[in-house]
Order: sequence, then C-alpha cells, then structure tokens
Amino acid sequence: MALTTWALRKSLWVYHVNTGACNNCDIEVLELLTPRYDIERFGMVLVGSPRHADVLAVTGVCTRQAMPRLQEVYLQTPKPCVVLAIGSCSLEQGIFTEAYHMGPKVDETIRAVDPGAIILYVPGCPPKPEAMIDAAVKAMEFLKTL
Amino acid sequence: MSHRTVVNIGPFHPLQEEAEFFQLYVDGETVVDVDVRLSYNHRGIEKLDESKTFDQVPFVVERVCGICSASHPLAYIQAVEEIARVRVPERALYLRTIVNELERLHSHLLWVGLAGHFLGYNTVFMWAWKYREPVMDALEVATGSRVNYANCKVGGVRRDMTAEQLRMIDRASDELRAPLEMLTNAVLDDPVLHARLKKVGVLTPEAVKLYGAVGPTARGSGVPIDVRRDDPYAAYDRVDWQVITAPHGDVFSKAVVRLLECFESVKIIRQCVRDIPRGEIDAKVEDIPPGEGVGHVEAPRGETFHYVRSDGSNRPVRHKVRAPSYNNIPTFKASCIGLEIPDVAITLASVDPCYSCTERMCRAVDAETRKPLYNFAELVRLSQQKTERLRKS
Amino acid sequence: MTDWDRQPETPLLGFVGEVIESLGDAVEAVEQCEARRGIARIRPDRTVEVAAKMLALAGSRLATATGIEVRDGVEVLYHWAFEPPGAVVTLKALAVRPEVVLESVANVVPAANWIEREMHDLLGVGFRNHPDMRRLVLDDSWPEGVHPLRKEFDQVLDRPPLPPNQTSPDVPGDRGGAE
Repeated sequence: MALTTWALRKSLWVYHVNTGACNNCDIEVLELLTPRYDIERFGMVLVGSPRHADVLAVTGVCTRQAMPRLQEVYLQTPKPCVVLAIGSCSLEQGIFTEAYHMGPKVDETIRAVDPGAIILYVPGCPPKPEAMIDAAVKAMEFLKTL
Repeated sequence: MSHRTVVNIGPFHPLQEEAEFFQLYVDGETVVDVDVRLSYNHRGIEKLDESKTFDQVPFVVERVCGICSASHPLAYIQAVEEIARVRVPERALYLRTIVNELERLHSHLLWVGLAGHFLGYNTVFMWAWKYREPVMDALEVATGSRVNYANCKVGGVRRDMTAEQLRMIDRASDELRAPLEMLTNAVLDDPVLHARLKKVGVLTPEAVKLYGAVGPTARGSGVPIDVRRDDPYAAYDRVDWQVITAPHGDVFSKAVVRLLECFESVKIIRQCVRDIPRGEIDAKVEDIPPGEGVGHVEAPRGETFHYVRSDGSNRPVRHKVRAPSYNNIPTFKASCIGLEIPDVAITLASVDPCYSCTERMCRAVDAETRKPLYNFAELVRLSQQKTERLRKS
Repeated sequence: MTDWDRQPETPLLGFVGEVIESLGDAVEAVEQCEARRGIARIRPDRTVEVAAKMLALAGSRLATATGIEVRDGVEVLYHWAFEPPGAVVTLKALAVRPEVVLESVANVVPAANWIEREMHDLLGVGFRNHPDMRRLVLDDSWPEGVHPLRKEFDQVLDRPPLPPNQTSPDVPGDRGGAE
C-alpha cells in the first residue's frame, strides 16, 4: 500500500461539485454535516478547494457548460481520489436525458480525462442521507483494498 | 486614476450549493459593479416540457429546483387548470397549502442556517438545520419523500393524508415554535449581527419595482407583495395570516422577514390541519382545451411564474418557467455597489439565490493580470473575520 | 395570430379593462379580459412606450416575458403583475419574420434585461438598443445562430458538438474573461 493511499483512508475530505443539479442532492449533501447525520464522525469534512480534497461529491446532470469545469476540478484534485456520483442525474442524467443542454454523463466526462478514475455511484432522486453515508463508508472500505 | 479589479466568484464554490459565476468589479475594497454569467445549470427544461404530456410535466418542473419542489409544480398546475377551467375540490386545496407551507418552513430554516454560516456563526447553522429535520420528517411522512413530493396533479392532489399524518404534521409544526422563537431572539438581540447586517446591501423600494424583485427580497424593502394574499390560490384565503414586511431593505430586514414568516407558516399549517374538510381529493380532467394560462405561486424565495400554452393536443406548445431568483439576482446590481468585499457574501446570500432555478459561478480576479484574488470560500472567510473583529471590539 | 383567438370584441371590464384601456391605440386586439387575467395584443413598434406606461402604473411590476415561435415569427409576451389587486396582464407583441426584431424595453424596465438576453439566446429574437446583449444561458461552445427553443430544433438530433475535453487544469474565459 502506497503511503498516499494509507493516509487517504483515515479521513476523507470532500469537495462538492454541482454540475447542473436541481439542488436536492446538494442540500442532502450539506445535510450530512448537520447534527442528525453528522458525517464528521467518520473524519469527513467538506472543504473549500479541490486541491485539498480526497473525494469529489459530484451531483447533477453535467451540462455542456459544466463539463470542461468538472474536468478541470477533477484534474486539480490530488490523486488518488474517489468520485462519488450522487443522484440519478449524475448516474444517467435521469429525467433530463433528452434535453439539449446536456454534456456527456458524469462518469464519461471524468473517464475522458482519466480512464482509471475511481467512481462510486449513489442512486436515488435524491439519495437519502443514509445512502450517502453508506457510500462514504464503502469508499473507505474500497480504499483499503488498493 | 483608480485601480479597478475584477473579483470572480465561482463557478464551483463550497458553500452555496450550486454553480454560478459572479464577477465583482472592485476599486480597492469597494465593489463598483457586479456581473453574473448563467448557463452552468441550464438544462433546457422548457424545451424538454414540450416533449412531455401534461401529466408528465409536473415531475420535470419539480426538478427545476429541489427546494421549491412543491411550488413549481403547483404554479404549472394552476396554469393548466386555468386553461381547462377545473374546479379543484376543497380538500385538495388544503392539502396543497400544507405541503407548500412545510416547504417554506424548511427553506427558510435552511437559509437562516446558511446565513449564520456565512457570518461565522456555525452554531446557528447547526441549530437551524437540526430544527429543520422534524419538518423534513413531516414531509416524508406526508408525501413519501424528503424533497421531491410529487403530491400535486392537474385537478387535485395525488395522495390523501390520513388523520394520523395530519396530527403528526400539526405536532411537528407546533413544536417548531419554541426553537423558532429562540432563533429569532438570538438574531434580534445580538449586537454583532446588528453591526454586520444593518444598513448593508440596502435595496430601495424603487429598485424593487424596477428590477421586479419578489418575495422576502421585496418584502424586506417594505414592499408588501405576496401572491398568497394578492392572488389567492390553494386555501390561503380561507385561513388567517399576515404578510410580513420590514422597512429598511438591508440584509437584517430580509432576515427578520424570513424568520417571522416561519411563525406565519406554522399558523397556516395548524389552521389547515384543524379546518381541512372531508371529501374528494381530485377532479376528473378529460382534455386540456386550446388556450393559454398563467399560474403563479409564492415560493419561499418569491413569486414563481409559469405560463402554459396548449393547442388542444396532449402536450404543451410552450411552457415558460420563471423562478423567483431570476428576478432577485439582478438586484445585486443595486444592492452590492458601494459595499466592502467582506459584506458581499452575506448580501449575495440575503436574497437566498437559487441557481438551479436561475441556472449558474463566483471568484475575484485582478483585471490586469487576470489572476484570481479571492474565491467564494475566501470571501466567506473575510466575512467571518469581520464578524470576529466586531465581536472583540 | 393564434388559431384559437377568442371572440373578436372582448368587453373591457374591471381593473384589467382599465389597464388595457390606458394603453390607448397601442392595443391592437383584446383577447381576454377577466377579473384577474388579461391578454392584449399590442403594436410591435410601440413596445417601449407601452412598457414605460405600464411601469408608471401603481403596483405594477414586470413578472417576466415569454417568447413563443408562431407561424409568422416569434410572439413576445410581457407578463405584467399588479399588486394589489393581484392581476396579471399579458401584452403580446409579434416580431415578424424574417428579421424577428423588436425594440428592447430593458432601458426602461431593468427587469427585462435578463429575459431579453435569454430570448435572444433561445429563440433568436433581436432586441434593438439592448444595453448589454451578451450570451446569458447557453454555454460558451454553443454555435451562434442555433436557437434551441425554435420549433425546427430537435433537442436530441440537433445538438451541436460538445466542447473539447479539458486537458490542462485551466478553463479559459473564467478568469475575468466574460467580456
């Protein structure tokens, strides 16, 4: 296990990227910080810059305008990093698949710049906070296997 | 010759949840102009709706904005009901009112928490969101989901509520009163908040009219407009409540309006639960005739406006969505100019901008070198430091 | 003209009637006049004058504007809300083909600024003398002259090519480059 991976699995820092979501997933992500769900007990914090982040929590459909910016944010994040694709929109663009302002899906967008990216999917519209905590714990478990 | 600097804020910043790109033009510490670039969140919903049937559209407009996911469908449905001249059963009107007011409670508490966070009062953030949870539970019990309710349909509502569910909603909103009072007193009594928020980001009633501002942004400037009272829909004309206004137009007034509105929402919900009649929950709607209709609803952030045109087929010819933030965000041009950079974060936050609704990024750059000066996180940090300074002095 | 115009002469009654009447001969036809809703067609060359008159009325505000493509061009609907008494008066102006141009009302009513930019993006309506006609809602790589809300645009088949993948961690244009 590389030193970086060993350090990574202790406490994950999350940067939250909205690529054209309706806000529901975003308030549920913020909800994780608050007393009822309190994700900080797993050592996770939301940080203000992708350069500090271990996890990118991506919500939204990835619009055409957001697509290059999402790739930029991903490139700025130190590797290895985990991408959490949160919500139906970031999985398959959900109800918006046919709309004209869609970019590629979130995973395709990230794989276009890094084919080996680690992407975890959290389905739901929006996923319940419990599902997101589950995803975060699975991300930690996964990092142990690296 | 003054040195003009551009401060970019966004598009991705950690605290407002969505992407939006603001550019502040600053001279030293003072903001001289503001510019906004949308498109980060533009999804093309209006075109998408033209390919959906009248019954499918509410599920799409619900996802215009997650926080207003009861108001947008209701505005759309009212527009369609206006075309089809539907008489909605009484019980459905009350059920619509209950869900819309619960939504207002959760949205206003969310804003109080975020505003506290921007000012460096993280306790307020945690408390407000803690007290918001029972509201979310009530919504989940009543509609099946914490945020996307899908309870309205053309002609009525989709699901009835049982007496037990109504009792639970009543209890949850009643129990909210004590924490709301505590939050309100905490805001009204704190000298540091007075120093930070009063006379900051003032929006005059004239600017409200020119920019067409709506909701708490307008009411905080003493302009008493509220669709719930002026053009009553659902059951708002059957219950007793007040339109809350505050006279000064500053950030403080907007905060006061939102906090006091929470009490009104509790009042409305409790009356609805008490007075709700028995009976049908939906009217049968056969076809949507050709015609055009306007529906507007007072969402937590202000009036959300929908226009629908039908040609007699089963899909709308045109569906226009105008969310409240679309009118409120341009008021930054009137309220931010002349402010110091640390005050910008809270002024931007004071209109409770909802970017999904409007669609959109914020960062500060030097106009000549094009290097970023501040990002939104730093703006928030500056804002928090200013509070800290005031608290110590 | 729409195919389902109501009866040609709608009596002007109540508050909405007064509002429409105050616009004088700028009104071409009244399509709906009810207690809280009114629709009138105005002369496309007099939008600015009408907007100034509407803004001067007590309690008025421009709720928003809608653009709809019809056979002869694009209809621009200005929705004016009045509080009190809580009425919505919609004024229609037709921007005829092939130019599809109207005079901008944004200089008189700042609330129309964004919505006119949006209609310019999505429907290709030109607004003469608009103070700030830059792109608002479509993304930077969207080609000029493609208007997604036009009826001939198919939202799946006619999508323009996507922007190129980002290879360096820097997006041009975000660093103060909106102009």
